[in-house]
Amino acid sequence: MLRFFLRRFAVAVLVALTVLTLAFLLTRVSGDLAVSIAGPNATQADVEAIREAYGLNRPLYVQYFDWLGRAVQGDFGQSYFFRDRVANLIAARMPVTVTLGLVGLAIALVVSLPLGILAAVREGTWIDRLVGLVAMIGQAMPSFWLGLVLMIVFGLQLGWVPISGVETWDGYILPGIVLAFSAIPSLTRLTRSGMIEALASDYIRTARAKGLTRLSILVKHGFRNAAIPVVSIAAVQLGFMLGGSIVIETVFALHGVGFLAWESISKNDFPVVQAVVLVLALIYIALTLFADLLNAVLDPRLRTA
Amino acid sequence: MSALLEVADLRVTIGSTAAVRGASLTVNKGETHCLVGESGCGKSITALSVMGLLPRGAVRETTALRFAGEEIGRYGERQMERLRGDRMAMIFQEPMTSLNPAYTVGSQMTEVLRRHRGTPRAQAVDRAAELLARVGITAPGLRLGQYPHQLSGGLRQRVMIAMALMCDPELLIADEPTTALDVTVQAQILRLLAGLQKDLGLGILLITHDLGVVARVADRVSVMYAGEVVESAPTAALFAAPEHPYTRGLLTCVPVPGKVKRDEPLGSIPGVVPRIQPGFAGCGFRDRCAQANAACAGTIPRREAAAGHEVLCTLPPGWGGAAAA
Ligand SMILES: Nc1ncnc2c1ncn2[C@@H]1O[C@H](COP(=O)(O)OP(=O)(O)OP(=O)(O)O)[C@@H](O)[C@H]1O
Ligand code: SF4
Ligand SMILES: [Mg+2]
Repeated sequence: MLRFFLRRFAVAVLVALTVLTLAFLLTRVSGDLAVSIAGPNATQADVEAIREAYGLNRPLYVQYFDWLGRAVQGDFGQSYFFRDRVANLIAARMPVTVTLGLVGLAIALVVSLPLGILAAVREGTWIDRLVGLVAMIGQAMPSFWLGLVLMIVFGLQLGWVPISGVETWDGYILPGIVLAFSAIPSLTRLTRSGMIEALASDYIRTARAKGLTRLSILVKHGFRNAAIPVVSIAAVQLGFMLGGSIVIETVFALHGVGFLAWESISKNDFPVVQAVVLVLALIYIALTLFADLLNAVLDPRLRTA
Repeated sequence: MSALLEVADLRVTIGSTAAVRGASLTVNKGETHCLVGESGCGKSITALSVMGLLPRGAVRETTALRFAGEEIGRYGERQMERLRGDRMAMIFQEPMTSLNPAYTVGSQMTEVLRRHRGTPRAQAVDRAAELLARVGITAPGLRLGQYPHQLSGGLRQRVMIAMALMCDPELLIADEPTTALDVTVQAQILRLLAGLQKDLGLGILLITHDLGVVARVADRVSVMYAGEVVESAPTAALFAAPEHPYTRGLLTCVPVPGKVKRDEPLGSIPGVVPRIQPGFAGCGFRDRCAQANAACAGTIPRREAAAGHEVLCTLPPGWGGAAAA
């Protein structure tokens, strides 16, 4: 188990380093950084001054290690627009985005796991087909449109939940549902196919021959094995939700990282954009690492592999 | 001897296949009853019918399905659940895949006792260790903490057997328990089953392809063909005086009981088991039978060739000279 963990961890660190290096290189090949920082009206002298001030006249590898050293310490420099440290900006916005992502994932799991199990148990019946249809419709629905519809019906007409902001916890409900919708179809399908495979297996026949109850057969013996691919995809989906919440945060006016990214892009606030992309990529790497470890807990065969 | 399991006129239809067509058999208390026949003749389906474990879409009918004197044919799923693993247990042909890869041997074994008896965990673990030792596993304590993928096929089948014995069942159904194992392990497992049967006095319904196994362990043999039990007799009688043309065909390559070549394919009869549709009449063996006659397309009589020796065939008992095999 420890060896598995160490190896998997080393891979994650390597991937993270690659991402950081790529992020650095992209900023250097996409034009002269000093010119773009200085802006369109700057003189040659201004550009030179900025080059000096930001250390852009040093050799590339010196700049790289300097930048990398700061980045791993969470120092992403100053925002041009917000007049604040990038790290502070992100730290302030992160809780909203993470909460939203977790609420979205929780809703997605609560809906898709039972639906997938139900469809598998009733494979080939109208229930199975209905679940498949729901998943298909869910997939076809654009999230901004769904967001607006939910907002109008439950926020404006029924007045059950706030339509924007998260001053109270129930502000997360509608955006959480919208986010969940993007993950429900794939999670449902995966649960269904995993359960169908598990239920057809010999160890389920053994479990039945042991006289175990239906619940124990379905959940303890069936779902435990079907859960392994679901965990991997759920981690990927959470990563998508965190990164893809730009639209949702904008629609529901939530001041999370997605909204910050949107603001920074429109303000040409380059260090913030770069840091947001980096942080999301690193979170994504951490999530897949976590999913792999969780899978190793679920499937003992992976531990010795 | 009193009957432990009585199956009368069992019929199972799966879609457009008549998998079992009126099979009857009796397993007495403390007896090993072997069920033999070629692949696809309905042995597994018969066993699964008894356990109530038929695949979805299978339709089962019987005139009687009695277990320990009780009619279980009309039992609902809940009632069958309570019998399975407790009073009747089953082991399968596939030891490699029959254990759940996600749980330790100990967890899977104790689960049975906890489910049926509510035994506390510590006591159930003791019982599991005791049974692992009983089935010839050294270091049971170590094995209890291991996962199935850490065990060989032979060990897994021993675990399956030990697990089946957790609640002291009266009936053990073993569906080709040694087919997937290599030859030396096969012999060990069979000796183990025979020993357990003697010590614990359980009734065993053993499904096998291997007539050598039958000769060594069976008290009684039923021969199945195309969903029917075509002949049933005490082992010695069956080997000495087989009646049904199919049984005789099976035995041509194994003339003397006890001196049986193992690993011999069952029988040397040309042709294959037909897939029988519902509504089929007459003898299912007639397109492969050298003795087939006009009467074989009608209703086939069930005759007693001797006491306890039943044959399903139109030929008179002792046809063509007794013990033609
Ligand atoms: N799940 C199933 N769905 C449809 N038909 C099935 C199913 N299981 C078995 N059958 C059919 O039922 C018949 C009897 O099969 P069964 O498995 O009982 O044979 P068997 O005697 O156990 O053979 P083997 O020695 O190969 O195990 C066969 O014709 C088979 O095709
Ligand atoms: S009933 Fe007829 S076809 Fe069938 S085994 Fe007997 S003789 Fe052969
Ligand atoms: Mg079989």
